[in-house]
Amino acid sequence: MMPDLGKYAQPVLWSYAASIAVLVVIVAASLIEGRRVRAEMRRAEEDRDV
Amino acid sequence: MRALLLRDLQLAFRAGGGFGLSLAFFLIVVVLVPFSVGPAAALLERIAAGVLWLGALLACLLSLDRLLALDWEDGTLDLLATAPLPLEAAMGVKALAHWLTTGLPLVVAAPLFGVMLQLPAQGTGVLVLSLLLGTPALSLIGAFGAAITVGVKRGGLLLSLLVLPLYVPTLIFGAEAARRAAEGLDATTPLMMLAGITAGCGALMPFAAAAALRAGLR
Amino acid sequence: MSKPSSLWEYANPVRFLAVSERILPALWVLSLACLGIGLAWGFFFTPDDFRQGSTVKIIYLHVPSALMAINAWFMMLVASLIWLVRRHHVSALAAKAAAPVGVAMTLIALVTGALWGQPMWGTWWVWDPRLTSFLILFLFYLGYIALWAAIEDPDTAADLTSVLCIVGSVFAVLSRYAVLFWNQGLHQGASLSLDKEENVADVFYIPLLVCIAGFVLLFLALVLYRTGTEIRRRRARALRARSALA
Repeated sequence: MMPDLGKYAQPVLWSYAASIAVLVVIVAASLIEGRRVRAEMRRAEEDRDV
Repeated sequence: MRALLLRDLQLAFRAGGGFGLSLAFFLIVVVLVPFSVGPAAALLERIAAGVLWLGALLACLLSLDRLLALDWEDGTLDLLATAPLPLEAAMGVKALAHWLTTGLPLVVAAPLFGVMLQLPAQGTGVLVLSLLLGTPALSLIGAFGAAITVGVKRGGLLLSLLVLPLYVPTLIFGAEAARRAAEGLDATTPLMMLAGITAGCGALMPFAAAAALRAGLR
Repeated sequence: MSKPSSLWEYANPVRFLAVSERILPALWVLSLACLGIGLAWGFFFTPDDFRQGSTVKIIYLHVPSALMAINAWFMMLVASLIWLVRRHHVSALAAKAAAPVGVAMTLIALVTGALWGQPMWGTWWVWDPRLTSFLILFLFYLGYIALWAAIEDPDTAADLTSVLCIVGSVFAVLSRYAVLFWNQGLHQGASLSLDKEENVADVFYIPLLVCIAGFVLLFLALVLYRTGTEIRRRRARALRARSALA
């Protein structure tokens, strides 16, 4: 299944690994921060309505 | 406008005003370079032009936070913002004062430091000319950077982070001009680009700085 | 809510949130699908290049990320101008939200660019005009983000970062030409040639388009989501401030 990357295996594989890692980090960080802030806003609205 | 300029110059020349500090810093950099790369004349000769430009640039950078910080602290900036003098003109004057007290001394000192770094004699003229053309841009860009960070406590590091990338074109053309002349090549193109950048900065930076200052003072 | 008659009505934070909540799920799915399909296609099902061997597979990462790195900054520029002229908070917050995504794109472009060049140049980094320009862009992004973080008042921060973005854009373009000039003296041989290859065959081109689509959609999803976060953050802060006064 894995293509024969020949002598360039290292650069190619590291490129894919690093890029996917960066994408995962930015998406995860955005989602985690987003959830935290949304919870914070819900709390702030509840406190106001109380 | 003249009054503002004279006042800034006076402040700079007073004890503790910072004049001479930039020059001293430039000297220190020039002294440190052979310690870090070795004293071999052949090597120094090749890097002298670039190192001198870098040293001048860093020396300018270090004196930038004085540009507005003192006026911010004692309320002079608020006065300037509401004064009849347009804020753009005031920022231009501040940049001019900064250049006269920081950039110009560097230009004058450059030939001496060039000798210390084994700069080939044929390069000295263009080095001085390139610094003369380029350091005003550094002051203008620096004024913008100072205006952006005027309210930030201990904003010196942020100021450097913002300003240094903006310095790249000036540094590239200035150092390239000096380097070409040191090697005996024609340096007209980079010098003209440099002059163009400085002219552009003169036209645009005071407006950008004034806009930033108005936002920061609110 | 009545149908908006112009794009400007989305500048209303409530409306913006309503619309973005509706389209985000589809956007996430679509972007991940395009990315997955495009990258898998490019990685597993394309041939090697005659000259560059299997390193040509890196274009599926490098080209889209490089495009987005620049487009992200351009979007921030437009958003900054809109903020300065029309004072729509959503615009300012969108610019703030886009910056870290732009950083991620620039980082990917830098790493893949360096790795792509390694077989050609023998070193892990070279001061090639393209890589150097992206490195400078990276610094501009960092400065922009640092400035947002350093200013307390949100409106002042929006103003200052907008001015910085505009000035930065001018200097970024200037730097590109300066770097090209600066690099002339270096005779390096083959430099990173990307989609401007002599003939980009369909067999390479179509998966590349899919990858580009994936990156664009992911950028959109991230910016919409993050702008929503910023809007809520601002609202929460305002509510807290008001109740503190009460």
